[in-house]
Amino acid sequence: MYKTLNLPAHIDTGKLIELYKQMWLIRYFDEKVDQFFAKGMIHGTTHLCVGQEASAAGSIAALQKEDKITSTHRGHGHCIAKGAETNRMMAELFGRETGYCKGKGGSMHIADLEKGNLGANGIVGGGIPLAVGAGLTSKMKQEGYVVLSFFGDGASNEGSFHESVNLASIWKLPVVFICENNQYGMSGPVKEMVNVDNIAERAPAYGIPGEVVDGNDVIEIINTVYDAVENARAGNGPSLIEVKTYRWKGHSKSDAKKYRTREEEMTWREKDAIKQFKDLLIKEQIFTEDTAEKLRTEAKQEIEDAVAFAENSPEPAIGTLLEDVYA
Amino acid sequence: MREITYLEAVREAMSQEMRKNENVFILGEDIGVYGGAFGVTRGMIEEFGAERVRNTPISESAIAGAAVGSALTGMRPILELQFSDFITIAMDQLVNQAAKLRYMYGGKGTVPMVLRTPAGSGTGAAAQHSQSLEAWMTHIPGLKVLQPSTAYDAKGLLKAAIDDDNPVIFYEHKLLYKTKGDVPEEEYSIPIGKADIKRQGNDVTIIATSLMVKKALEAAAELEKEGIDVEVVDPRTLVPLDEETIIESVKKTGRVVIVHEAVKRGGFGGEIASVISESEAFDYLDSPIKRLGGLPIPIPYNPNLEKATVPQVDNIIDSIKEAVRFK
Ligand SMILES: Cc1ncc(C[n+]2csc(CCOP(=O)(O)OP(=O)(O)O)c2C)c(N)n1
Repeated sequence: MYKTLNLPAHIDTGKLIELYKQMWLIRYFDEKVDQFFAKGMIHGTTHLCVGQEASAAGSIAALQKEDKITSTHRGHGHCIAKGAETNRMMAELFGRETGYCKGKGGSMHIADLEKGNLGANGIVGGGIPLAVGAGLTSKMKQEGYVVLSFFGDGASNEGSFHESVNLASIWKLPVVFICENNQYGMSGPVKEMVNVDNIAERAPAYGIPGEVVDGNDVIEIINTVYDAVENARAGNGPSLIEVKTYRWKGHSKSDAKKYRTREEEMTWREKDAIKQFKDLLIKEQIFTEDTAEKLRTEAKQEIEDAVAFAENSPEPAIGTLLEDVYA
Repeated sequence: MREITYLEAVREAMSQEMRKNENVFILGEDIGVYGGAFGVTRGMIEEFGAERVRNTPISESAIAGAAVGSALTGMRPILELQFSDFITIAMDQLVNQAAKLRYMYGGKGTVPMVLRTPAGSGTGAAAQHSQSLEAWMTHIPGLKVLQPSTAYDAKGLLKAAIDDDNPVIFYEHKLLYKTKGDVPEEEYSIPIGKADIKRQGNDVTIIATSLMVKKALEAAAELEKEGIDVEVVDPRTLVPLDEETIIESVKKTGRVVIVHEAVKRGGFGGEIASVISESEAFDYLDSPIKRLGGLPIPIPYNPNLEKATVPQVDNIIDSIKEAVRFK
């Protein structure tokens, strides 16, 4: 049945069901963070990817376990999709010792090296060159893994993007550049900041393929990223994929969103990727409405548990302050 | 007199200069309807329009270079960088271009630009958004480096910076934005290179910069209760540095504590200490020169750890007592 979707072989029914739940995990994680932020229980800053779940879940589903990613300041979704434990992520946001960075990194710096997540990044465009370096290791040591590099439409205007794509292209590195075009930088609309209709159109200038995908269509994302990943794995070099998506929330907590309209927000919300995916899975008879509901509540519970874990975790000791500056 | 915030003082200085001189304009990421990352430019696009309040793509190197190039050819740009940490991306344009053009061209041409940027920790934004990198900038001949600590100084020094024919790095501190002070409505200018004695005292001189001025004053108020009379000197501009005021104060008190938020190692406090010990004030010293600065670690996320990384009022009090006790 789901074979009509022409998915890569490793995406079986079980994986699709897992992905559905994963998208809810991502959404509930960030909704929770939003609430705690408003209450002042999480400090610092954070950037939520509510509305962009399909991009993280779909792109990473196209990978094999050994493949790696670099992420962005809006990275909770990528992190969860690459297999991170939500309790340790939440603990990090609470600044606790049990967090992924022992409370020292916070939202923008979560990394999970064992699982191939080379880290979120507080510097816009900062992770893109790192992906090129990881791709270089893969090639030099013939390790066979591919690196997915996530970045935003805004980041695609940084020198680091252009320099990285060029370098990966001339060295034919196994890197797939994923531009999550959510239509805005902080407030800068992509239409005013980029003078082409699609950021993917920049790819030919570097001699690599460029594709645009619907960011609310998980299946299209999986298939497009899979092709690019396998092409890179085969030694044919990088490609650029632009995922057209939207962040439902403001840029960060203090965003009055004056740069966009309520109407525009509603149009995108109506295209909710999770809802579309659910309808598809029911239509393809992969699960029933009841199972879908059960998965959603399980995801919700997991996030509640993550919060409890975080709240019950100790603060890092002041004595750890000087640790980890040098190896 | 009228009280306004440091943030409003910065905005007022820019607005007054822009009304007067059509060559003055501002550029930076999200400075338009969003009003800048910290709200400093809020409302300015309404008054001056998008030509003179130019929203840029996220491209620090290009926008710094655009400031340098437009300054060289007759404009007086004010560039806002969202966080001073991103100076690193603009570094070539500042260090190799802005700072050197006039000298290399044998005194031909000027680069009258101001780079305004918030620095410092205390907001939980962690290691990539909390640094104090001013010492770096002071090492580069050709740049002027300012660090106003009050609303009054921010307005007067920013006007002087805009009037100056050289590239000026104007550091604002995130935790100072909301602090209030007496600020005249009319235009005024504070000469670049003139320190300010923020509090007169006889027992010990504390030389503090930026947010540390506020903390030093709090420490001084505490110590007054114990009969210790602290003089607080705020250099306000690091380059050029008002050596005379510093030396005179040390000659008067015979004891000195230098405090800045930036990492102590390689920090600007070392420069101030050398200025003192190379001067006649050395003969007046009754205790060793004491420096207080940030620990040599990246700024951690957890709030307790973050506080413990940079000098706090208690640390300043302890250092002053130590200096005073020294026989
Ligand atoms: C080098 C740098 N410049 C500016 C910022 C401030 N900043 C953080 S996120 C952001 C917008 C990024 O937009 P985009 O790349 O499109 O990603 P999105 O937030 O839309 O996911 C900006 C300007 C930063 N963190 N790093």
